[in-house]
Amino acid sequence: MKTDYTPDTSKSKIYEALIDQYTSIESDDPLGSDMVLNFGPQHPATHGVLRLLLRLDGERIIGCVPEVGYLHRGYEKLAENMTYHEYIPHTDRLDYLSPLANNMAYALAVERLAGIEVPPRAQYIRTICSELARISSHLMATGSMAMDVGALTVLLWTFREREKLYDIFEVLTGARFTTSYSRIGGVAQDLTADVEKMIHEFLDYLPEAIHECERLLNRNRIFVERCDGIGIINGDDAIAYGLTGPNLRGSGVGRDLRRDRPYFVYPELDFDVITHEGGDSLARYYVRLDEMYESVKIVRQCLDKIPEGEIHANKPKKVLPRKERVYTRMEEMIHDFMLVNFGIDPPAGEVYSAVENPKGELGFYIQSKGGGVPWRLKIRSPSFVNIHALPHMLKGVMVSDVVAVIGSLDPVMGEADK
Amino acid sequence: MIETLLIAFIKIVIVLLVLLTAVAYSVYAERRISAFIQDRLGPNRVGPFGLLQPIADVVKLVFKEAIVPRNANKPLHDLAPVISLTVALATFAVIPFGNTITLFGEEVKLIIADVNIGVLYILAFSSISVYGIALAGWSSNNKYSLMGSLRSSAQMVSYELSLGLAVVGVIMVTGSLRLDQVVMNQTNYLFGVLPAWNCFVQPIGFITFVVAAFAETNRQPFDLPEAEPELVGGFHTEYTGLKFGLFFLAEYAHMIVASAIITTLYLGGWHLPYIDMIDVSPMLMSIIGILTFVIKVTLVLLFMIVIRWTIPRFRYDQLMGLGWKVMFPMALLNIFITGLILLLLQ
Repeated sequence: MKTDYTPDTSKSKIYEALIDQYTSIESDDPLGSDMVLNFGPQHPATHGVLRLLLRLDGERIIGCVPEVGYLHRGYEKLAENMTYHEYIPHTDRLDYLSPLANNMAYALAVERLAGIEVPPRAQYIRTICSELARISSHLMATGSMAMDVGALTVLLWTFREREKLYDIFEVLTGARFTTSYSRIGGVAQDLTADVEKMIHEFLDYLPEAIHECERLLNRNRIFVERCDGIGIINGDDAIAYGLTGPNLRGSGVGRDLRRDRPYFVYPELDFDVITHEGGDSLARYYVRLDEMYESVKIVRQCLDKIPEGEIHANKPKKVLPRKERVYTRMEEMIHDFMLVNFGIDPPAGEVYSAVENPKGELGFYIQSKGGGVPWRLKIRSPSFVNIHALPHMLKGVMVSDVVAVIGSLDPVMGEADK
Repeated sequence: MIETLLIAFIKIVIVLLVLLTAVAYSVYAERRISAFIQDRLGPNRVGPFGLLQPIADVVKLVFKEAIVPRNANKPLHDLAPVISLTVALATFAVIPFGNTITLFGEEVKLIIADVNIGVLYILAFSSISVYGIALAGWSSNNKYSLMGSLRSSAQMVSYELSLGLAVVGVIMVTGSLRLDQVVMNQTNYLFGVLPAWNCFVQPIGFITFVVAAFAETNRQPFDLPEAEPELVGGFHTEYTGLKFGLFFLAEYAHMIVASAIITTLYLGGWHLPYIDMIDVSPMLMSIIGILTFVIKVTLVLLFMIVIRWTIPRFRYDQLMGLGWKVMFPMALLNIFITGLILLLLQ
């Protein structure tokens, strides 16, 4: 029996990549004091199943190769075998910290493909949902980043707030976590007065709660010094790496699809695009904090302006009819049968539709050849692209900083691995 | 002779039992307080208010399988947790937890080992405790454990310096290495009103010592050796079952001992201020002394727990920077100022 087991890392692809990438360093280091550390996929701070292979000199990182794919479920391929409606629940499981925003982004893409105009009330509801999802995601990002640098209490405090959001989602969509709330051409249920009241209460309370967390962190010298000046990426590099969302705005680049390529009702709303100079972990943390205040502002305006009216587009051949009508009317029953079995049949063509998700630009590229299912569906997931910049950001920092940088980058592996 | 040994033995048994119970309940206190800070409930199911939770924890740990990694150095892997706990408990031997008590016509000193080099003994044992962690990390044959133990060794060695130098101030004021003498010295009053506790006499030394004690016990914000998000479990990543339990107990035993040392050196030990102004019987006086000591230790312990759940963790280089660039000069400054004042008062 073989007792001393040493894994043969010399042949693994990822190990080769690490060694090849930084060959020059080996000659600088005659003592060979560097060490290869496998960070993840089972590791408390990698936000799921991200794996990093780190090359260390003492505690300093001289090389890093990220590996993704441990959560790959083939969502892009799956889409080719299901109707456009059937795919909505799968969008929940992309960025599972903001399923509502993904639902809306996907529905918007399909509507742009099929040429469906969504009634204003539904547009407002979608905007509200997207922003609540943003708050939920940013709360999680802030909390987990604080936890990664050692302030466990903040995580629990932000979870407390997210719990209230989940209560709202439960009443609004019927589910706390996997919401599947959007429909092609509208949303599943109407926004009732109860939910409006709950959202108002939440919004009144939230700034105070965020402020509470800020008091624990923003003037805490340990926290600030831990995050200041690590994981730096300047604006040009951030654009070159394709960073989007808070990570890009933390490098001082003011790009926000809500303003630059308006969708839903964002053009009618007054909000600021938050940018912070610095490009380090601290800047990204500040961007997320400030964006939560902006989201509160946006949801407030939406609730003030939201008109009465339909929540489904009046296109019987494309939009699922309401359930009670399916049971009582012949016409609707036929449409329901056709839509469920054969799909919405958009015209042949292609569309790339991107929205500003909490993590960055979430894009759906759909190619249709007519028929009920997409011929090809490609997801441009922000987390995947953001992880791509990790080796650049991690070069030269210490092992302790890895977690602070990953935390500030806020990747969600469900989305990165698709 | 036999009588002395018997008394010593009884004292050891009582102190050990009380200390281990206190350790178990400080874990419980930590969990309840952290739950309170984080808006949770904490353990409240086992027994009234969850008070039996420590027993459940221990039973669970005892029945866990003891796994030793294949390439670990088994003797050292087994030895490390024992060193950790033994050292923590042994340090308590020189701490006076009361003045004297008269039982059955025999005057008993409330200290296990009445040695005349108490302060040195404490410093020596806190140095040994680093072996537990260093060996645990090295023998586990795991990179995370190794990094945890390397950090810990560096951290403890650098902070021990400040710790020792801070104590020098106390020794200069007291003029003795005996810990009971240190306490007796604090029973006086400054200007007739303020108790002459060393935290008032030696404010710089006190702050230095408390910070260094946090670092010595590996508590937040200095808990780098076991920094969970980066190093998984740090030096005890590869430990399970009772051996993990020993490390866990050792951590809290270290906390209690550190609190006791802080109390003895800086917070007047078992002395309750102003009690000597009223007439109390010697027996009652002894009991009040013990209670005062327990309450002071508890308060320091609570302070440590609250700190843990409030602030984040240092980074390794920042920790070393703080140790060498701030704490070390501060401790030296303290010695200089103390010496100067003592010289002027002569």
